[in-house]
Formats: sequence, structure tokens, C-alpha cells
Amino acid sequence: MTEKLVIIGNGMAPGRMLEHLLEAAPGRYQVTIFNAEPRVNYDRIMLSPVLSGEKDYEQIIIHGDGWYVRNGITLYKGHRIEAIDRVAKTVTSSEGVTESYDKLVIATGSNPLIIPVPGHDFAGVLTYRDLDDVNAMLLAARSRAKAVVIGGGLLGLEAAAGLQSQGMEVTVVHLMPTLMERQLDPAAGYLLQKALEERGIKVLTKANTKAILGNGTVEGVELADGTVIPATLVVMAAGIRPNAALGREAGLTVDRGIVVDDAMQTSDPDIYALGECAEVGGRVYGLVAPLYEMARTAAAQLAGDDTVRFVHIDTPTKLKVTGIDVYSLGDFADGDDREEIVLRDASAGVYKRLILKDDRIIGTVLFGEVADGAWFNDLKKKSANVSEMRDTLIFGPAYQDGGAGDPAAAVAALPDDAEICGCNGICKGRITGAIKAKGLTTLDEVRAHTKASASCGTCTGLVEQLMELTLGDAFNRSAIQPMCACTTLGHDDVRRLIAAKSLKTVPAVMQELEWKTSCGCAKCRPALNYYLVCDWPGEYADDYQSRFINERAHANIQKDGTFSVVPRMWGGVTSSAELRAIADVVDKFSIPVVKVTGGQRIDMLGVEKEDLPAVWADLGKAGFVSGHAYAKGLRTVKTCVGTDWCRFGTQDSTGLGIRIEKFMWGSWTPAKVKMAVSGCPRNCAEATCKDVGVICVDSGYEIHFAGAAGLDIKGTEILGQVKTEDEALEHIAALVQMYREQARYLERIYKWAGRIGLDEIRRQIVQDGNKRRAYFERFVFSQKFAQVDPWTERASGKDKHEFRPMATVGLAEAAE
Amino acid sequence: MTMKWVEVGSLEDIPSRGARCVNTHEGRLALFRTADGQVFAIEDHCPHKGGPLSQGIVHGTSVTCPLHNWVVSLETGKALGADEGVVRTVPVRSEGGRLFIALGARAGEAA
Repeated sequence: MTEKLVIIGNGMAPGRMLEHLLEAAPGRYQVTIFNAEPRVNYDRIMLSPVLSGEKDYEQIIIHGDGWYVRNGITLYKGHRIEAIDRVAKTVTSSEGVTESYDKLVIATGSNPLIIPVPGHDFAGVLTYRDLDDVNAMLLAARSRAKAVVIGGGLLGLEAAAGLQSQGMEVTVVHLMPTLMERQLDPAAGYLLQKALEERGIKVLTKANTKAILGNGTVEGVELADGTVIPATLVVMAAGIRPNAALGREAGLTVDRGIVVDDAMQTSDPDIYALGECAEVGGRVYGLVAPLYEMARTAAAQLAGDDTVRFVHIDTPTKLKVTGIDVYSLGDFADGDDREEIVLRDASAGVYKRLILKDDRIIGTVLFGEVADGAWFNDLKKKSANVSEMRDTLIFGPAYQDGGAGDPAAAVAALPDDAEICGCNGICKGRITGAIKAKGLTTLDEVRAHTKASASCGTCTGLVEQLMELTLGDAFNRSAIQPMCACTTLGHDDVRRLIAAKSLKTVPAVMQELEWKTSCGCAKCRPALNYYLVCDWPGEYADDYQSRFINERAHANIQKDGTFSVVPRMWGGVTSSAELRAIADVVDKFSIPVVKVTGGQRIDMLGVEKEDLPAVWADLGKAGFVSGHAYAKGLRTVKTCVGTDWCRFGTQDSTGLGIRIEKFMWGSWTPAKVKMAVSGCPRNCAEATCKDVGVICVDSGYEIHFAGAAGLDIKGTEILGQVKTEDEALEHIAALVQMYREQARYLERIYKWAGRIGLDEIRRQIVQDGNKRRAYFERFVFSQKFAQVDPWTERASGKDKHEFRPMATVGLAEAAE
Repeated sequence: MTMKWVEVGSLEDIPSRGARCVNTHEGRLALFRTADGQVFAIEDHCPHKGGPLSQGIVHGTSVTCPLHNWVVSLETGKALGADEGVVRTVPVRSEGGRLFIALGARAGEAA
């Protein structure tokens, strides 16, 4: 019979427990989850990257809505459990739902510690626990004003770094003499403070907060010594406290947390507790590795396996602040029975300290260079006697067999049971085993199958080295594909060198970069020509002989050598006069086929090359310019009719589409760029499979990018949402300029974005306003030289030779 | 049919690393001018699917067909690389900057 399992809380620990349970005992329980937060299970470790803008919420979801549906789990979002009735075996939620249970799991996590100083309840005082806190901080950061973070521990510092990268001026106020004093010794704490100060974060230690100033809303923080720090945002990150209230009210044994045994069982045998709310062996935990261990234990118990028990293991601490590497593990206090080995490199900002007792490592503090952490952790876990290698121990595993600092050798030297991924407790053997057994060749596959490097990601480098060691040549993450047979350089190197060496002609590039052929080939010449057009607007003279025929003749070549002609119809809008002009041209030049294109344009097919200039001249008289349907450039902006006509339209999508097209036409890009603007989420312009798309909503414009509907089919990613047309235009032009400057020739936006990373693009275009404006201005400058209608030029006689035969000979004689 | 030299224009009529067409009773020919000033004439008809070679990108003494990227040697008319096929070459002569092609010659004879 199915038993009823009710879970209170939907954080990472119960999420992981369910994964194990569904694997070990599928179908045994009917599962109901009550989550006080109105959302699914997401990776809280990654809140700091969300705050700093390196990731967004969608990317840190562990279980999407579909997962719950697939596994038949009922999830009540936004339901806080108010009471547990242990006699009736029921729970009741804040929204009035009562559910009975056979087994109950309490996973209510922890609450942030609010220091009860005056003003702690003012608007603008936040904590740092969940996505709501992060969203509130992001909102506050928009003001670009000043923030104070109270607490210089792991969370406080990550919050400070995040807020600072969002443009705020941040001061960290810490009670103790050095930062992260529970994880770092004073020397490493000092280095950390220096590194943060170098980034522009102010740090005040030995600083006791006396009051939060203001009048209902935060205006500043006053310290015990009288110092006043002005601020509009205060983040309390002074620590956490297990959220054991429900357990206490239900009459369970509670000390600091809900007390459980090593089977995660509370004083009531039908009730389990795990995660930050649980206390096991007198300890409460806040890092993810032991919480996952609790999850594994509870799942096994619920599945009927009593052999799995929770065992305490020291967990390494890592700070997730990009560019600052900190690692700490175990016990690092001084003592008479202890010895230490210290390595300092002031110029490189490196500090390493090992604490030994009876020739065994009991603690490690690493700053600046943390790659050997896993190895030290392994020696500590095994309690290995290190007396033999004492002299070189601090230099890491690479030096143990006389090795000379090859990082791959260090990873190769790790034993199979060495822990690689601390978050998920994945050892080296599990990873290499999975790579071999399942034939994994990419990092994503390894993440999917082993979960290694799938949580905080700091071990990604180690995992990649393992893949390299296991797969050999089959995994070559730095493989560079040369542009073509004329060079050994890849596209990225060529682009970099063109800019670095100020190379401004195709022959200069070939000379300076030691091309192997005298004048390139049909692969590299168009690429080089594009790179030079993009990098030196106004200076570089376009080399038409290096352009593909379509861009040389400004029409699309067809299989029989004739061409097709597509005039621009801004936003897909036309008129009777335009249609009449097209009809006249079709008749006059006996154009065999007229067709409507997928991009809302009219295509005239089968035009003889000699006729092109005359066709363009006639079209030009009606106001038509080139539609660039042949170009690696802006093609079309499709639109729907928007608020002008549609009863569902939220914005003037047609107007915006025309505005984008008039602003961006003529720009050359690495590959074609197709856009669309839809007036509402019904998306009639199909904007979500375009290179760049806009979905209008009531509150503004949702900008999409990196879609595809050709060889690959791919929905777009969201770049961000903006309020005005002006902002939309600035974001789109900046995005396209970034793509123009970085992508490889013929690489569509979605491929480029996949390579660069969506986060990086969002960081540069959405979060970093200065970067965005710089891209935008470069685009505007480049357009000054690009917006010349090629059809008008050629109708007036430019490149005559291109369209006329050189001679006609012998035909008359043959006819005789 | 006997071979006959016919004037078709001057070297300057063809862009460097480019081509021009000449319509003849033997079909359309393409005259190519390489970066170092050599001139070649071949049938404007790719041995693969008949693409107009005159519209391709000229590099070294080869042209890449605009339709499917076959690379054809201007000297021999043969497809290069893994592709197999040949297109007729036509003799070209330059006299005082004037260009002459030989009509009525069979493929390869005057090479």
C-alpha cells in the first residue's frame, strides 16, 4: 500500500532526499510538499552569482515544475505549515490545507539572525537567505546608492561583492578583528580584507553596530564608537539560527535545532528532520555537503534501509566571490601539540598554511591558490602520515614524486577516493568511472551523470582535468580549429591580432599573420573582409573581390545563375504604391516568379544579372532600397500589428519593428541577423525563434535573443526586460555590436552565445550600463558608414563591370 | 573548325582577383585575372551543377564556385581537392594590354 509522506520545506536537502528516495523506492510513497516560499526547488548556493549578475533564477532551478508533475508529487507553493498534530498525524498550512501523513519530514531550514538594534525593522533592512532577499537587493542596487553589510562571514562577503558588482558603494561592518574568523586564520583574513578593499569594498572590523538610523526607512548605520555610515540598504548577514519552532511547538526534542539521531529520526519515530533545522550529534550545519549527506541518510531510512547512518565529516569552506580564492578546512587554531607549515608569496597574494598534529594534517587554510585543497583534504580524511613528504608537502601533490608543477600530474596523483566535488561528495573514482562506463565526453554530460561540478562549480577545473586524463585526445577543451588551410590561427586569434596589431587591410593581415597562401581562399577572405569592416569603420575600404557573389552583386544568386531581388519593406509594412511599382517592374523585366518570403517581404525571382541595375533604378523611384536579403547583415524585422489594430496588443510592435529596422539596416554582421517584434505574448511575429526578438508586455519590452529556426531549432533566451522603446533599442543595438565584435564569421548569434555564455552577455549588456552604452555608441558610429543604399549606388553606375559582360563575340558569325 | 583569335577587351576591364563574362557562340566564357596579373579563360560552367564560375571568389590560380564551393583550377579547368570534374579551358593571349581569346579550339589543345 502506498504510504503518505509529507515534507515541510522545499530546499536543497529535501530535494536531494527525494531524488534518492525516488531512485531507491519508486512508488512507495505518495509525496506532498509544503513550501513557504512560492517557488520550486532551486540551488541556494548559487544565490550569490544571481546577486552578482553572473546567473539568473532560471539557471539555478534544480527541479522545475515538470519534475514534480512527472514524479506525481503534490507541491503546495507559498504554504507555510502552522501546526503539526502528532496524534492525528496531520499538518495544517497557512492557506488552510490539512494533510495527513504516515511519515513526516521537517526541513524548515534556518532563519537569519536579526541583531535587535534600534531600527532593525526599518524599510531597507534585508537579510540574505532566499531569492526574495536577492530580488529585493537587486532592486535596491538599481539606485546605485550606498549599502552596509553587517557581518563579515561567508554570506556577508558574498552579499557585499554581489552588491558592489551591481554598482553599489558597499561597506562591510564586522564585529571581530578579522573577516571569516571561523573559517580563516588572521593572516588569511587580512589577505581577504586587502583583496576586498582593492575591489573598492570598505571593510570595518571590530565594529559593533549600535543602531540603524532613519525614520522608518534606512538612512545609515551608527557604530558603537560613534561612526555614522550613510546607507540606503542594510543587509544583515550576522549568522543563521536553525528554524526549529515547528518542532518545538509539536513537542519534539529541540536543542539548538530539532534533535535527530544518526538516522535523521526525531524523538517521534514517524518524524524525520534534516537540513539546517536539524541538530545531529550536537552539531548544526549550514554547508551543503553535510546537508546532502543527511538527505542520503533520510532517503535510505525512508526506503527501509537502516544501514545508512550520518557521519560527521569536516567540510571545506569556499568563498564564492569571483577572483578571490579562499579554501579552509578543519581545525586551524594554534596549540602546543601542533605544528604548522606556512608558505607566503606576497607579490602573488598567496598564503598557504597546513596545521599538523602527530604528523597528520588536521587543518588547512589556503588563500590565492586553492587547487591543492582537495589533495590536502584527502590526506586529512585518511589521517595519512605526512612525515616522509613534509619538506615539500605545502607545494602540493605535483611536487611529491619530484614532479615539476604540472597540474595534470597533481590530479592524476589523486587516489580514486579523493573528493573532487565537495558540494555533492563526489570522488575522483566516481567521475572517471562514469566517463568510461557511459562514454561521456562533455562537461555537461559529466554533470548530468555524476552531479560533480553541478552545484557551486568551483571544482569545474578539476573535473575538466579528470576528463582530460581519462579521455586523452578525445577531450581537448582548448582545441583551436584553424580558420582555413591558409593559416594555423583560429578565428578568435585572428580577430584579436587584427585589433592588437592595428591591421587594416587583407594583405596586411596575411603578411603579419604569416598566411601560407599568397591571397587566401574563399573561406578566409570573406571572414577577414568582415573583421576589417567591423573593426575599422570609416577607415577600411571594403574589398568586394573578397565578398561572396550575393554581397558583391547585392542580390541572391539562384541555381541557374539568375538572381532574386527583395526590396526592403520596413517592419513588413507596404502600400498600394509600392505594390504597384513592384508589379510594374515584374511586367517590364518579365520576372518569372513573385513570392512572399518568411520574413514578410516580396521576392522577385529569376532576374538576369544584367537587368539588376535597371530593376533597382525602377524600384528606387518608388522609394525602395535594398532589403539585404543576401547579406550577412540585418535581414528583416518581422512585426505583428500591435496596438494599432490588435485587440490584444500591448505596445506599438509595428512601430518599434520599423524603428529597429531603420536604425540597424545596412550593418554587416558575422552571419545573417533576423529579428521580430511581437505586440503581446501570443507572439504572432514568432519572435522567440529569431536571432533577436522582442515580446511586448504591458509593463514594457521583453528582449529575447539566440533563437534559431533553421538547421537547428532553438527557442530564444531572455536577455532582460526594459520599460521604454529607447531602452529596447539601446539593448538590442549593444547586443548586436557585441556579437559583431566577438563572433566568428558565419557564426549565428545562438552559437556565439552558447560559446560565450548567456550570463556573460547579460552581464555586459544588461547589468553593466557603461559597457552597454559603449557598445551602442560603437554601433552608432559604424552605422554612419554602413547606411548607404547599395542599390541606389549601382543604379547610378557604380561597379558597372560587375553587371555587364566584357564582350559578346562570334555570335553573329555563327548565325550566318 | 579552325582556331581564331578574337579580341575581347583589355586587362583593365577585369578587376584584380575577379572575372568578367564573354558571350560567344560556344557558350558563355569567364575571363579571370589573378592577383599577379595572369589572365585565364574557362567555360563559365562548373563541372558540378553548372554554376557560373565567373561569380566565384578568385584566389591564387583557382576559383571557388558560388553555388556549392567546388574549387576549380583556372590553369587546367580541373576540380581540385576531393571533387572530380573538368571544365573546358580557352587559350588567352595578351598583346599590348589587349586581350584575345581563341575560339574554335578544342579543350586543352593550346595550353
